[in-house]
Amino acid sequence: MTKNILLVGVGGQGTILASKILTLGLQKADYDVKMSEIHGMSQRGGSVTSHIRYSEEKVYSPVIEAGCADVIVAFEKMEALRYLNYLKEGGKVFVNDFEIPGMPITSGQTEYPAGIIEELKRVADTTVIEAEKEAEKIGNPKVMNMILLGTIIGSMKLEHIDWDGILAENVKPQFVELNKKAIRRGIELSR
Amino acid sequence: MAKQQLMTGNEAIARGVYEAGVRFAAAYPGTPSTEILETISTYKEISAQWSPNEKVALEVAYGASLGGARSFASMKHVGLNVAADPFFTIAYTGGNAGLVVVTADEPGQHSSQNEQDNRNYARHAKVPMLEPSDSAECKAMTEFAFELSEKYETPVLIRVTTRVCHSKSLVELGERKERAIVPYVKNASKYVCVPANARVRRAEVEKRLDALKIYSSGCEWNKIENNGKKTGVIASGMAINYAKEVFGKDVNYLKLGFTFPLPMKLMDEFLKGLDKVYVIEENDEYIEDAVKMLGYKNICYGKFAPDGKRFFPAFGELTSDVVRKCVTGKEPRTLSYDASKVVGRPPALCAGCPHRGFFYELGKRKDIIVSGDIGCYTLGFAAPYNAMDCNCCMGASVSGANGIQKVLDMVEGNKKRVVGVLGDSTFFHSGMTSLLDIVYNKGNCITVILDNRITGMTGHQQNPGTGFTAQGEPTQIVDIEGIVKAIGIKHIRVIDPNDLKLVRETFDWAVALKEPSVIITRYPCVLKKMSIYDKNEWPDAYKAKCKVDPAKCIGCKACLKSGCPAISVKDKKAVIDETMCVGCTVCKQICPKAAIN
Repeated sequence: MTKNILLVGVGGQGTILASKILTLGLQKADYDVKMSEIHGMSQRGGSVTSHIRYSEEKVYSPVIEAGCADVIVAFEKMEALRYLNYLKEGGKVFVNDFEIPGMPITSGQTEYPAGIIEELKRVADTTVIEAEKEAEKIGNPKVMNMILLGTIIGSMKLEHIDWDGILAENVKPQFVELNKKAIRRGIELSR
Repeated sequence: MAKQQLMTGNEAIARGVYEAGVRFAAAYPGTPSTEILETISTYKEISAQWSPNEKVALEVAYGASLGGARSFASMKHVGLNVAADPFFTIAYTGGNAGLVVVTADEPGQHSSQNEQDNRNYARHAKVPMLEPSDSAECKAMTEFAFELSEKYETPVLIRVTTRVCHSKSLVELGERKERAIVPYVKNASKYVCVPANARVRRAEVEKRLDALKIYSSGCEWNKIENNGKKTGVIASGMAINYAKEVFGKDVNYLKLGFTFPLPMKLMDEFLKGLDKVYVIEENDEYIEDAVKMLGYKNICYGKFAPDGKRFFPAFGELTSDVVRKCVTGKEPRTLSYDASKVVGRPPALCAGCPHRGFFYELGKRKDIIVSGDIGCYTLGFAAPYNAMDCNCCMGASVSGANGIQKVLDMVEGNKKRVVGVLGDSTFFHSGMTSLLDIVYNKGNCITVILDNRITGMTGHQQNPGTGFTAQGEPTQIVDIEGIVKAIGIKHIRVIDPNDLKLVRETFDWAVALKEPSVIITRYPCVLKKMSIYDKNEWPDAYKAKCKVDPAKCIGCKACLKSGCPAISVKDKKAVIDETMCVGCTVCKQICPKAAIN
């Protein structure tokens, strides 16, 4: 059975690195893996999505269908709601309690919408992650993305994969320990 | 076991180029194709280069093939329009060693100005075409394309789409197979395309196509998967994956990878005995037309159903949910929630972008029409600047401006001036000839070259103005001002676009002139990794921060008109996000109360 994970966020939040680490882990565990990213204008504050699909059998499409995601992990809370149509019935949402206002908001045309988390909770199995606070506790706000990756690992029961080894191969040596801690914290928070 | 690696389609094409023993590759950056040449440039065995435009890239690759090395060029779909001229004639001559061209199309227009289907180019130019569906095929088909190119003495087109380019799947890595350079032998009757020779070659092209038509039906990339059903699916490229998600083993498949010439015999064999066939292809009805030509209109469901009604959408991506909806007639089951809480997140110029001050000033002027171009600066069209009237394709800013101005000036007493705006890389790409047209044909418009010292939009590729090659080796810096002068422009000013007063005064100067002028705004892109030259010229760039003095701020929101993502208003006072601010001072200059330092 193919599993579908959707990572959403805003350009610059580290979704691309998180999905890279995730796909490398899944590959190491001998799953067939496909991943698709749309990041055309992301560097300029646009919304970014990574679709990750894996299975013990062959995976064909790299793109998740609407209504089929097992998990949505949102690095920014409004992005969770933007892509909620991808979540399947009974799917899980992990949402970072973090706001990045887009241009229409900073320019004063409209306000950052209130009640997003409440709406998510109303319709889906939602876990709120205070990734910024957690990252600061670990000692570096940049590991927010690895904490959120940890929530995926925990919720999809992928703890048996050698994440430490994958980090060692893909992250600068001075950041490996920090990232390991962040992933472990994410796993704890997913429960 | 061979080493497996997760790769994007683009990385896999580059790997295929490497393993095929290619020695020369050229490209111009363009989404979604850019990473192909970026990856190739990391292989030291290959001479890889960013060319000023796609036409040059293809021509230099063609030359390299004549020189006797396997050669390669890649481009986005609209890039092949630029390179179409050599493409059609190279189809007659073929190369000396293998020559392969990649076109990266954009169903859904994620990052493009149109959605053209470049499979039509293969048919139009009579060039064989391959369509990989995943990264493994990207690598394998690239290697295969070189074999095909040499066997049939023809360039080969590989057509990929955004989802093939930018999705990752597993690829088995092999070794590079070095190939000796094929000695050059003069053969004017083949390579000199005067009519007498080209007519002979034209006949050769037809012979080659006849052979390829037969080859296509037996080709390993065109395969029937018979599941013993009465319904069939024909699809190529990424669409076959979408189809397999929807239909599983409930249909027979004809998976097409070699799609020009189409395998008509194999298609006929597949279609015979079916009650129904779905033709699943993004963009145009390229395969569908062939199915109908074979006489299967009555069972064919493609872009149109047998009754002539629309079936699959005419445009956009045909992802599996789209296909499923068309086939079952049912909407996907999704949660119902309040989507009104979602606010759009349109792309914006970065905090510190040197285009900001320029467009802020441009947007305020009522005496101009702005003809824009392709790059980050196209965002100047949007709020709060609203500083662009049109844009079309690379270089059209300058030539378009010339045309608009000529007609406006036909009306007596016209006071409007037309401004063509384009970036440094776009100027090298195809703005130079347009500027020449202004000078030669007595045009009278203003050209602005936004020189941010890099090709920004596609993720910072080197260009002739930066002083570095694709591999980062130092090279001659091409002087934009010198080119403009040599073309014959008499009025040239080079300005700092972050100095609003200077931008304003320079425009007043240009608008008052009765002759064409060029304004070069020179400041490095805020995201650029500063080169040694940049550090010398702008030692203080992006090292400061701006701050709002809340005691002085009256909450007038004038600074928001800069469109800077670092500024917002909270509790009726402007606030600057210090993690984003790089101290360009545009907001400081706008503030009427001197509340920003």
